[in-house]
Amino acid sequence: MTDFETLLREAFAPIEPPAELEARLEDRLTTLVEAAADELEGWELAVMKDPRNWAPTVTAVGVGGAAAVGLAFVRTQRRRHKRRAASGNVLELAGNTVRDFAREAGKLIDEGRRRL
Amino acid sequence: MAVPDPRAKVELDAQFSDLYRAHLKDVYSYSYYRVGNHHDAEDLTTQTFLQAYRHFERAQRESRGRPLRPWLIRIAHNLAANCYRDRSRKPQTPIEDAGVLAAAHTTETLVEHRDDLARILECVEDLPDDRREALIMRFALGMDNREIARALGRTDGATKVLLHRAIRQLEELVKKAEGPVNVGD
Repeated sequence: MTDFETLLREAFAPIEPPAELEARLEDRLTTLVEAAADELEGWELAVMKDPRNWAPTVTAVGVGGAAAVGLAFVRTQRRRHKRRAASGNVLELAGNTVRDFAREAGKLIDEGRRRL
Repeated sequence: MAVPDPRAKVELDAQFSDLYRAHLKDVYSYSYYRVGNHHDAEDLTTQTFLQAYRHFERAQRESRGRPLRPWLIRIAHNLAANCYRDRSRKPQTPIEDAGVLAAAHTTETLVEHRDDLARILECVEDLPDDRREALIMRFALGMDNREIARALGRTDGATKVLLHRAIRQLEELVKKAEGPVNVGD
């Protein structure tokens, strides 16, 4: 290594991230993971109540993979208030949630295919 | 597969946590030298890890055991490039104004090399983007040619040439900035 490269290494000393950034980022990631977990539980219950919805959703989940599933859940979670307002009862809400999830999963699969 | 396996998801999240802890400093250092100030560097680091989380499973599958640091840095690189394209500008905050020298070096090196180091960082801003990025990856993150090549989407050979030219160009810029050396100085 030349003297100049040694100087470059000194000039580009690694920067410690602020401690509060680490905490904030961990909070955001934890929120994402928890949202996905909550939605997973809700989705499993809804699927068990209505077997007719198993096939399309399960196919979508199988192709998407765990990360895509998490993202689909997060997107589905964002629209939960609209779904509640549009649903007349609990069963209708469950059905709307499953359809919403299947739609999001389908979109993710399409996005994935376009990237390939 | 009947339903997504919760254990697989938990395992994936644990692996992502490991990746995050191992490379937070790398992503932050890259972001800082790329954007020139702590505020934007924090934002870029956060967006990088959020995007990485969304695509982690696929990246892990496709990496076939290779290190994921170049993939992370590539995400940060693309996000930074998009940001500047949107704003139609380069970073406006000179790196030294953000306190990098005071934060990152010992008192002794501050005394001995402060001017030299500040001049180098000033001149880095005048390099073309790809050369500046290659230098950040090599010297701030300690990445080897192969890792840099993966992060920039180039061949190993092209990356070696890029780094060589970046160092030579920067050395010339620094010499010019120092001004003519008088005999007897």
